[in-house]
Amino acid sequence: MKESIFTDPFKKARQETGIGEMDDQNDPVAMILGHKEVRRAAHNWKSYSSGAIPGRIVIPSEVNIRSIRQIPFEVDPPQHGAYREVVEKWFKRPLEKKYEEELTLQIEALVIEVLEQDSFEVIHDFALVLQSQALTLLFNVPFEEAQTWISWGTHVFRSKDSALDGAKANVLYDYIDQKLAESSSNPGKDFYAVLLAAEVDGKKLSAEEAKGVLILTFAGGRDTVINAVTNSIAYFAEHPKSLEWLRKEPELLPTAIEELIRYFSPLTQMGRVATQDTMVCQHAVKADSRISLCWASANRDETVFENADEVVLDRKANPHVAFGFGTHNCLGATHARQVMKVLLRTLIAKVKSIDIHDAKDNIEDLGDFKRKVGFDSLTVKFNKI
Amino acid sequence: MAQITFISSDNKSTVVSGNSGNLMELALQNKIEGIEGNCGGVCSCATCHIYVQPEDWTKIGPPNEMESDMLEFDDKTTNYSRLSCQIQVTDAIDGIVVNVA
Repeated sequence: MKESIFTDPFKKARQETGIGEMDDQNDPVAMILGHKEVRRAAHNWKSYSSGAIPGRIVIPSEVNIRSIRQIPFEVDPPQHGAYREVVEKWFKRPLEKKYEEELTLQIEALVIEVLEQDSFEVIHDFALVLQSQALTLLFNVPFEEAQTWISWGTHVFRSKDSALDGAKANVLYDYIDQKLAESSSNPGKDFYAVLLAAEVDGKKLSAEEAKGVLILTFAGGRDTVINAVTNSIAYFAEHPKSLEWLRKEPELLPTAIEELIRYFSPLTQMGRVATQDTMVCQHAVKADSRISLCWASANRDETVFENADEVVLDRKANPHVAFGFGTHNCLGATHARQVMKVLLRTLIAKVKSIDIHDAKDNIEDLGDFKRKVGFDSLTVKFNKI
Repeated sequence: MAQITFISSDNKSTVVSGNSGNLMELALQNKIEGIEGNCGGVCSCATCHIYVQPEDWTKIGPPNEMESDMLEFDDKTTNYSRLSCQIQVTDAIDGIVVNVA
């Protein structure tokens, strides 16, 4: 019963000062830890900007491996809204019946496949495959394309040896360039064609802008979805009664999903750059320095969440910020929620119980804080109903 | 059975009825334009924001602290704002008219 316990490393600092500090490649970050303060800062885009040089609001900073601006993510209002409007409708497609049906077929096939195995490694043999296959639906490209994406591994910018791997990022950039070139000479009905045909303020999106949206789409929903899927499997392995409960009361699925996402908070934090000298929790923030909105800490704030360190699957009031907050809230949240819904539905229909054979934690090193964000590997067996 | 009138942003009026669940779910079941309910009703997304008619305010009542904290950060919030996922559909709200924010 320990693999699915994700402790809250921020508790003490959150209660004492509300601020955590970490260095990141000589560009320090003042981490905002309290729920209310995180939401307030996320809302205040005028003081805390996303429009810094590309890569700087990400932690660890991607300034040294990326010069292309991710869109709409690294753009402030009002331009942000114009970009967001272009992609918003496309990212709501996961709610369509056909999308959900196809996603169900994909995930069912994958679950049936691993059910036959004596054991399998969840991250690479299940979650990465599931995430890549599901992404073909979001892109509306052939299912086979998932093979290429799977070959990139769990993170498009990170490799085993390096948290920031420039050579690896180039693989993604070259791939996107090629797909955009193909699409501009022979447009299909996919995301590439939608982007190349899109107009913002009466002007067509440039190839560079389209590329910025595509990098965001590939990078943003990758390790996050993989962690949400893998961590949830670890949870159900160690809480068979929870799996039974959902089997009996599937109407609890929506609240259960929000709760798992709150508890695991697959994205620990997101940075902003201060546009002026400000104060956060009596901590002076200098203009042009970085703060972060620590979603993972806010989601364990005991002044907001009762039994914050427990998974309460029927938690009715759950104002979590796992998908961010405010104008930049997660563009892929609809897709992610649909993936989780279909996965859980499939698990309760086909899997009786789950045994963990081996687990290696993935611990983020955040200065004073060490946070378990997921697993480097998780070997399990699914038992059939 | 409670009858509720939703008025969407394009001024389209839809009368729906229900006797269980919350107002966001009722809106989704009836495909009311502009009500998304992304978080499934746990008060974490504000995509089910509505305006209650002033004359109906006493029937509905004010938001609790958690909901008002959420509304505080929504730029479209007025004195008559509520998140529809936090309003139970019962006879007590029969006849109300709400505008989608």
